[in-house]
Amino acid sequence: MLDWLFVTPAERRLLGTARLGGPTPWVIAIMSFSIMLIAASGLALANTASVLSGAIQARYAVEVPAGAASLDAIVRVIRSAPGVVSAQAVPEREMRATLAKWLGPEAQSDDLPVPALINFESSGGASLPIIQKRIQELAPGARIVAHRDSVAPLLRSLSVLQVVAFGLVLLLSAAAAAAVVLAARGALDTHRFTIEVMHGIGATDLQVTHLFQRKILIDAFIGSVTGGIAAAGVLLLLAGGAAFAGELTGGATLGIVDFIILALLPVALTLLATWVARIAVLRALSEAL
Amino acid sequence: MAAVAEFDSVGLRYGTGAEVLRDLDFRLRTGSFYFLTGPSGAGKTSLLKLLYLAQRPTRGRIKLFGEELTEAPRETFPPFRRRIGVVFQDFRLIRHLSAFDNVALPLRVSGASEEDIEGPVREMLAWVGLADRASARPPTLSGGEQQRVAIARAVINRPELLVADEPTGNVDSEMANRLMGLFTALNRLGTTVVVATHDMTLVAATPGAQLIRLENGTLVDPSGSIRNPRSRDAS
Repeated sequence: MLDWLFVTPAERRLLGTARLGGPTPWVIAIMSFSIMLIAASGLALANTASVLSGAIQARYAVEVPAGAASLDAIVRVIRSAPGVVSAQAVPEREMRATLAKWLGPEAQSDDLPVPALINFESSGGASLPIIQKRIQELAPGARIVAHRDSVAPLLRSLSVLQVVAFGLVLLLSAAAAAAVVLAARGALDTHRFTIEVMHGIGATDLQVTHLFQRKILIDAFIGSVTGGIAAAGVLLLLAGGAAFAGELTGGATLGIVDFIILALLPVALTLLATWVARIAVLRALSEAL
Repeated sequence: MAAVAEFDSVGLRYGTGAEVLRDLDFRLRTGSFYFLTGPSGAGKTSLLKLLYLAQRPTRGRIKLFGEELTEAPRETFPPFRRRIGVVFQDFRLIRHLSAFDNVALPLRVSGASEEDIEGPVREMLAWVGLADRASARPPTLSGGEQQRVAIARAVINRPELLVADEPTGNVDSEMANRLMGLFTALNRLGTTVVVATHDMTLVAATPGAQLIRLENGTLVDPSGSIRNPRSRDAS
């Protein structure tokens, strides 16, 4: 099935020693470079979303509009609830420091009513309605807010970005395939005479196609690996060498599977280019007698 | 006797132009030697193209080696083409390949191993007087040398049908005689030979050969008989 990869020197001479005409290997290198960077970003985003989602899955905040009067009692109630792992009140100074980002020095004014906030984490067995009911008894108007609800828009944005990254990878792959089709047609035009002679003496379309397929595979492989190596260099440079693996995009890691996926992309691009070239050449040859 | 080719009311036109071949009805008997003659523009090259499957007829039916190929799918052509050797008027040698590689091409296309190619190709090149030019590329060869490489390529596979378009047009009379000797020898071994030529001395020098004369795209003899005025053998 892969015997076309191992042609004799005589068969190699049929199309001459020149590589694919034009800038095709360079176009494939640029596509490979871009695909690697976008794919790395997409994978890092996916991991970031996963880490973030996992971290906030069981975290909640209690907003107490009345302020800090009943805060300690509420914290005790929450801590005593079954399934609650931890509960801490957010100090008022932290709340004011946060508000200062929007309000400036006014955030330190005693006239400004600052709501009290308690963060707690459940192990999964906690009954939120019961906790809510007990809190309401101490501070009417207090409500529990799941962190995941607050962060949902961010997670949705991350998901959209992943889809965009995946779409871009597909789009660039399609563009690389289109470049290969053009290159294959150009190569067919260049070698039209040789093809006519070969057909005339009884060569099949498949025999002719194998010559081009092998040539395009070599050029596509050189292009995609060159682009892949350049992309790996840029990623390492951007991410600061060894820190890249652990700290890309704010704490999310690129795991071993991610690295394998990235390493396989140039190979996949080469195979795609070869397959597309084969189809393009066979179709073009079928137009002749 | 079995026919290598049978033409039945065959016509050919290119695009929307006038018919260049009209109402061709004839049979080429297996093992015979034919000369195809006629003035320039009579349709000799077009008729040869039909014979070596470079064109389909626009009407009529053609049988080659007993198989109806008029509307056969193109994928079925390669095995038939391997049974046909063609000497083109313009040689059609691949410029970037050596004389050796050009001659070896039909054997390689047929799947012969390199060990099985070396000997016969060297032998064939020696026969056409180009043993010392095996590694030369066509642009460095004279017209006559290119013609001989083209002939060597056409006959290397011992074709059942050999089609030659003006094969002696670029060689001197001595080489022309040698090449016709090769064609005759192949014919004796069973190859059907069709040579298009203007050179009536070749026709005269090939006893037993038959004549197909074309004028304005039709056979001159409307009865369809093909004969050599110098031969008693007729189809």
